[in-house]
Amino acid sequence: MSIKRLAAIIQKETIQLLRDWRTLAIMLLLPLIMLFLFAYAVRLTVDHIPTAVADMSVDAESHALIDALVVSGFFDMATYVDDEAQVIAAIDEGRVMAGLVIPPDFAAQVERGQAQALFLIDGSNSFVVQSGYSAAVAIAQARSTELLMRKVNQMGAAAAGFNSLPILTSTRILYNPNMDGMIFAVPAIAAMLLQFIALSTTAMSVVREHELHTIEQLLITPIRPIELIIGKMLPNVVLTMVDMLIIVLVGIYWFGVPFRGDPWLFAWLSLVFVVSGLALGVLTSTVAKTQHEAQQITMVLAMLSVLLTGFMYPIAPMPPAVKVVSHLIPLTYFNRIVRGVFTKGVGLSFLWQDVVVLAVYAIVAMVAAAAMFKKRLD
Amino acid sequence: MATTDEVTISTRGLVKRFKTRTGAVLAVNDVKLKVLRGETFGLIGPDGAGKTTMTRVILGLLTRTAGESSILGYDSMHDTHKIRERVGYIAQQFALPGDLTVLENMHFFANVQGVSRAEQRRRIPDLLEFAGLSNFTGRLGGQLSGGMKKKLALACSLVHEPSVVMLDEPTLGVDPVSRREFWNLLGKLRAEKGLTIFVCTPYMDEAERCNYVGLMHQGKLITTASPGEIKKMVPGRLLEFTPSNFVPAWRLVEKMEGVLEVQTYGAMLHVFVDDVDRRRTEIETALAAQRMTCQGMREIEPRMEEAFISLIRKQRAQ
Repeated sequence: MSIKRLAAIIQKETIQLLRDWRTLAIMLLLPLIMLFLFAYAVRLTVDHIPTAVADMSVDAESHALIDALVVSGFFDMATYVDDEAQVIAAIDEGRVMAGLVIPPDFAAQVERGQAQALFLIDGSNSFVVQSGYSAAVAIAQARSTELLMRKVNQMGAAAAGFNSLPILTSTRILYNPNMDGMIFAVPAIAAMLLQFIALSTTAMSVVREHELHTIEQLLITPIRPIELIIGKMLPNVVLTMVDMLIIVLVGIYWFGVPFRGDPWLFAWLSLVFVVSGLALGVLTSTVAKTQHEAQQITMVLAMLSVLLTGFMYPIAPMPPAVKVVSHLIPLTYFNRIVRGVFTKGVGLSFLWQDVVVLAVYAIVAMVAAAAMFKKRLD
Repeated sequence: MATTDEVTISTRGLVKRFKTRTGAVLAVNDVKLKVLRGETFGLIGPDGAGKTTMTRVILGLLTRTAGESSILGYDSMHDTHKIRERVGYIAQQFALPGDLTVLENMHFFANVQGVSRAEQRRRIPDLLEFAGLSNFTGRLGGQLSGGMKKKLALACSLVHEPSVVMLDEPTLGVDPVSRREFWNLLGKLRAEKGLTIFVCTPYMDEAERCNYVGLMHQGKLITTASPGEIKKMVPGRLLEFTPSNFVPAWRLVEKMEGVLEVQTYGAMLHVFVDDVDRRRTEIETALAAQRMTCQGMREIEPRMEEAFISLIRKQRAQ
């Protein structure tokens, strides 16, 4: 390997990267767009679900139940109708996404301790089901407990032997007590985007040489494959690390996401992760013949990454075969690292396994990329 | 037997087979070739003859299926990096980074070839001057005209002062004036630096500017000789005329006695005959009998083009 040739390639790649200002602008704006979309537009929990109510009882108890649902903030009473059929019709038409049917004589049934209210949810959107279902169950249970306690008190607390519930669960949410979505989203987006950008920039820059036939004029020089690979990777390492910095700084200073770990440790581990992503990009380029093909491979990897790496959905409940696939993607390891350092503030002593795997991954991918790199045109 | 000092490029029994979906294609079929130092060698042949493949195999850009090939005594497959430090190459398509300027391209290729800064300061202005690009140093490679792109490619391929250059159809898509300029540059290189030049071309006028040419057809090297010798390989002498009724005249003349070969040339027929004076009268008479006239009947010197077509036909007939 010759430092002089490597420097020449780095210089060439840097000029080309800076001259292609459209791509550069996209690469630098993408993290900001993603962050702001997650912060202000996209929500994983759904609230203010428009709800149709058929209150056939119209008494104090039914009003109390409806009030409890509205006060929670999860449901907005959008329309009042007469019966269950009309509630279903409203969901069919898409005017509302949930419905509440309270049978006649609700208060009396409550008094007897056997009241049943029917709650209907539009199942075509699983996020609505998740949020709506758990909210409705929680609210109904809270209401029941309240009623039960009231009854117990009426019967005489002393006689019953207690004046509160026998088991009280108190929940404390660590690291993110206010359930702020950005604390979850910022590290995840940082990791996800980093892999995507690292992968696609290198894959593209190698495949483009093939597509524009410039590879022929490069192969005829004394440049060694490893020099070309490293020379193409280094400018992209800088670009990707700048992206990382943008995401982290905007996350901390704009969205107020706390950064609890060691920033230098985070920077080093990000670098290892970026190198593994870039090497994966070079591997992609040895398989893809056109930029279009490279793009498709990158998209498939991005999709797998979103679904399988713990970016949004937990890995634990996945079947073993799928877990194997998860662990072939570097993002899986980095997701744990990024949440560990960023959100939990833990150090290497907790994360060393993932770090070792990621480092080995980066080295193996580099060696494989160099080995698979086509040294000739056929 | 020539020593390795004199032989610059050599192949023996060189074979390159491509696997395709329907079978295999023999792009280079058992080629034996010697190019001596200081020679300008033209590999000529129609599109698809295997010229590009052969050039790439010799350079080690493609693996060879069988045989031997070497440049300056270095084996194409095993000493690729030694070859790459000593040979200049221009690919058929424009293959320089189009988003680098003329000067950036020059510096890039100089740097990867390990040319020192001091040498670059001396050589690059000279090469740009030589290629007529001194006023375009800041222009992006991709925005140059076709002829200027080729001149830039030539300048880049010479920046490490190679002793051999291999050019694959360097004037493809270049206007006639630029083509002439390009060949004048090659002439200068040969005269001033004693450079060995290996050039692929489908153009017969370019073949005439080489010391030696190799005729390639369907992967086979049919013959290698000087342009003068190749022209003499065609038997008989050549008559040219424009018949009033092209196809019937062609069919008629083809079957006449003493006619060795008929080639078409635009609206004209080129007829090789054993005896010019005798056959000229016979052809005129025969055509007149069929109520056809012929204009501009005259004897011409066979050019590379006629010789080339004739040799390929013979090859096909075998």
